Formats: sequence, C-alpha cells, structure tokens
Amino acid sequence: MTMQTLLHQLLSGFAMGAIYASVALALVMIFKATHQVNFAQGELAVCSTYVAASLITAGVPYWIAFALTVVISFVAGVVIERAVMRQFRHASVLTQVIVFVGFLILFNSLTGWVFGTMTRPFPSPFADNAWYGSRYLSPHEIGLIGVTLVVLAIVFVFFRYTRLGLTMRAAAENPASSRLVGIRVGWMLALGWGLASTLGAVAGVMAAPRLFLEPNMMSGVLLYGFAAALLGGIDNPWGAPIGGFIVGVLENVAGAYLVGSQLKLPLALFVIILVLVLRPSGLFGRTVVVRV
Amino acid sequence: MKLAAPAAIVIAVILPFVVSGYHTFQLAQVLAYAIAILGLNLLTGFSGQISLGNGAFYALGAYSAVIAINNLHLPYGVAPVVAAAVCFVLGYLFGKPAARLEGLYLALATFALAVVTPQLLKLDRLEPWTGGRGGVQIDKPVSPFPSVLDDDRWLYMYCLIVAIVMFALAWNVIRGRTGRALIALRDHPIGAGAMGIDIAEYKAVTFGISAMYTGVAGALGALIAGFISPDSFSILVSIQLLVGGVVGGIASIFGTLFGAVFIEFVPNLANQLSDNAPGVVFGVLLILCMRVMPGGLAGLVASARARRAHRGT
Repeated sequence: MTMQTLLHQLLSGFAMGAIYASVALALVMIFKATHQVNFAQGELAVCSTYVAASLITAGVPYWIAFALTVVISFVAGVVIERAVMRQFRHASVLTQVIVFVGFLILFNSLTGWVFGTMTRPFPSPFADNAWYGSRYLSPHEIGLIGVTLVVLAIVFVFFRYTRLGLTMRAAAENPASSRLVGIRVGWMLALGWGLASTLGAVAGVMAAPRLFLEPNMMSGVLLYGFAAALLGGIDNPWGAPIGGFIVGVLENVAGAYLVGSQLKLPLALFVIILVLVLRPSGLFGRTVVVRV
Repeated sequence: MKLAAPAAIVIAVILPFVVSGYHTFQLAQVLAYAIAILGLNLLTGFSGQISLGNGAFYALGAYSAVIAINNLHLPYGVAPVVAAAVCFVLGYLFGKPAARLEGLYLALATFALAVVTPQLLKLDRLEPWTGGRGGVQIDKPVSPFPSVLDDDRWLYMYCLIVAIVMFALAWNVIRGRTGRALIALRDHPIGAGAMGIDIAEYKAVTFGISAMYTGVAGALGALIAGFISPDSFSILVSIQLLVGGVVGGIASIFGTLFGAVFIEFVPNLANQLSDNAPGVVFGVLLILCMRVMPGGLAGLVASARARRAHRGT
C-alpha cells in the first residue's frame, strides 16, 4: 500500500462522492419541503440519463443534450408533484412510502420497456487524453467534480440570493405563514421537486460513463445518497453534499483496504443504520424534539 | 363467516385435483406468498412499522432451508422450522435497533437492507453454503404416496399444511393479548407506552415474527422453485410482497390470500405483453390503490358490508 495508491483511492472516492452529493442534495430538497423521502429519486435519474443518451444518439451535441435533459427532468419533476404527489400531501407516512415505491418500480420498468434492459456505454464530454487528467484522477472524474461543484454553487446562490429561492425556502420552512404573505406554497413544492429531479439528472448523466447505463444503474448510488443525506443531516442542505463526499471517500478507501469490494454496498447499509441509531440528526442536522 | 376458514381449507384441498400440474405448482407458490404477505401485514398492518426489506428475510429463509437440507441433510419437514428459527432470531436482532426508528426511517433502513441482500448472498466467503453467484439447486421433495399424490400435489399439500398452521397462529396472535398490544402500538404509541406496553420490545418481537413468517415462506418458495440464486432476491421481492399486502388489504388476514393470488398470476399475464409490464402494473396499482382503496380489497369488502348493514337497519 503506497502513498500514491492511497491518494488515488481518496481522490477517486471524492469523484464518486460528487455524485452522491448531488443525489443526497436532491433527497434533502424534497425532504425539507415535504418530509418525504423520495425512494424513486434514483429511477428518475436513470430515466433522465436515458433521455440524454437518446438525444446524443440522435446526433445532438453533448452539452445541448445535457441542457435539454436538465430542462426535461425539471418539467417532469414539477409534473409528478402537481399531478400525483400533491394528492398525498397529507396522507400517512405509510401511504406516502408506498406511493414512492410505486413510482420506483413504475419508472424502473418503464425505462426498461422503452429503452431496453441491455447495459450500454455512455459518452463522457471530457476526452480521455485531456490535459487535466492525471495519474490520480481521470479527465472524466475531474470533469464530474467540476460540474458538481458548479451545480452546487448555483444551487447555493439560488437559495441564498434570489427572490424565488428565498420564497421556496420560506414555503418549506413555514408553509402556513408563507401562505398568509401570498406565497403559492403548492407551486414552490413543485419547483422543489423539479430542482431535485434536475440534480438527479445531473448525477445520472455524470455517473453513467463510469457505471454504464442500465435501468438499475442508480440503485446503489441511491443507497449511498441516503447514507450521505443521513450522515449530513437529512434536513440540512449544506450537510448533504458534505455527507456525499465523506461517503464517497469512505466507500472507496474502505473498499480498497478494509472490507473488500464485495462489501462496498453493504457498507452503505451499515452507515445508514449506524447514523440512524447513534445520531439520527446526522453530523449537521437539527435534533428534533417532539412535545407530546 | 364462521364457516369461511373451514370452507377455504376444503376448497384448497380439492383444488389441486381439479387443475393441471402446472397450476398446482403455481398454487403452491400462492400459498408461500400468502404466508410472506401475512408476515408483512402483521408488521405493517397491525404494528404500524413499515418494512420495505422483507424480501431479505424471504431470501434468508430460502437459503436457510436449502442449507439445512443440502448441507446438514435434515429432512424436508424440518427445513421450514430451521428457516423460521433463523429468521426470527435475525429479524429480532435487526428489529431491536430498528424499533427505535420512526416510520420513514425504518422504511429507509429496511429498503437499504433489501437492496443490499443480493450482494450479501454473493459473498465469496459464504460460497460453500450459498453457491455464490451461481446459486444452488435443491431436489424437490418426493411424494411418499405416489399412487394418491404426485410430487407436485404432494408439495402443494405440504405447503398447505404449513400455511394452515401459520394462519392459525397469526389468527390467535392478532385476537389475543399480543394483537391488542400491537394495534394499540400502531394507533397510539404514546398511549400504549403509558398503558405499560414495552414498546421497543414489542416492536422488535413483531419484527422477528414478521421475519419468521417471511422466512418460512422463503423456505417453501425455495422447495417449489427447486433453485435459488442471489439475483432472484432483489428489491423486487420486497416490492412484490408490498403489492400483495396493499392489494389485499394491509391490515387483513384473509386479504393476504387475495394479494398472493394477485402477485402470482398478474405478472404471468402481464409478462405476455413485455418483460417489464408486471413492474408497470405493480407501480400503477400501488399508486392507484393508495388513492382509491387504501384498505385494499379487504377494505372494500368491509365497507360494502358496512353499507349493506347500514341499509338493513
């Protein structure tokens, strides 16, 4: 075990962590607004990735296909919230979970039906021999870290400095008062769904060159995303990406040195249970006290 | 209504002599599913804990049974008992910390368990017992009375006896002290705690019982299929059980039978359209059911009966 391989594992984990960070942030975004966990987040992302793949195969240049995918995913997220999830806004937790699981299996099967279940490669916009590649990180890994950081920065600026972003936060934080000051809370939730779906799409498109595209591509990623969101504190949007990077590095380093590659995925389960049992609020979350 | 259970048993005994061998095989699988769905209903319907991970215990039961028969050379009759014991203990141990989790987080943890299951079954270290990625075969039980029952019917009867025992047990648990404690726990956990019900312990035990039911079902499922492999125990098994529970009625004992018939036969029909059609049907149904009939078929029947009674008076 040399220093170089360790560094390589660390950085490579950081790259995967960028993907988990996006997924975790998407999960947190929906959780924060609705107290729901989107079990279908991964399948939605796969759907988006297939849309991107189809556009690219049809000859659309990569970045235009990327932009179109982002827009389509956003609209799809808004539509799902408006058309279906809205009806379950005040349903029991069990009902909501069942609906999400319904979406999971529905999208998984639809994707397989429409696009086929064959595993296929997915292009990366970052050429294999680009100057920014190194022995530690491939150009695609550098690129995906870059894209993720840009996306995270945009999300940060949006929620911190724009009127719409602040309105959305208000609607999530205190729906009753927001409604009183004239915010259309329902639509803000729908926008949140759209953004979450967009983040998932970016994660899917960035993960696909590495994981190869097939309908179950994101099931493992979603699990790491859950672990990341819980680790960062599921109600903390800043904790989620940090959790994502931690989980990515942990997964890679532990997989290489501690538990072996076969136990990488079970490690996510372990992190989830450990956080839930020992520190349910995560590293940066708020401890919720319920008065009975 | 008092005659419903005996009538159901009589019909269940006659059925395999009326239908073809292949249908007998399918009906045996229905019985296995019914037991598994019953396990889910005990947990989710009666004690209010959400599990998306019962497929993991279905797998555990299947593997325990196969290992008991293939490696330990135990008789077929003992295999479900082994599966029950293993699953109860591991279910209880998983339920112990999980019992502290509220609905949504429990759903998350169990979901993770279900996703991870095939990966755990593939572990190289377990390969001598589990057969690794390739899976293991198991010889189907041979009928001791070949002149009366062929092997398919014998296996069906075997499943039927196990199912009757499991249903009778569940019936007694639900209507007794434990059942009332569970329902109290579901409807008002704080009140239940104030009444002296040890919430954490009851929840963990229920998790164990649910795992035990699912494990017995998995054991039967393995005998019926004659072959098990890690990839047949993906998250889909858990989702399938959830569909069965929801369609039949998640807090109903007899709804489980309908749910089991549904998840055995509907995918077979939908498969003719596309390999992916069953999933689409399941997904749409889960969402629709929650909107239109959250009580499942049992709920519909109950409300229809209530309406009729209301009109009668």
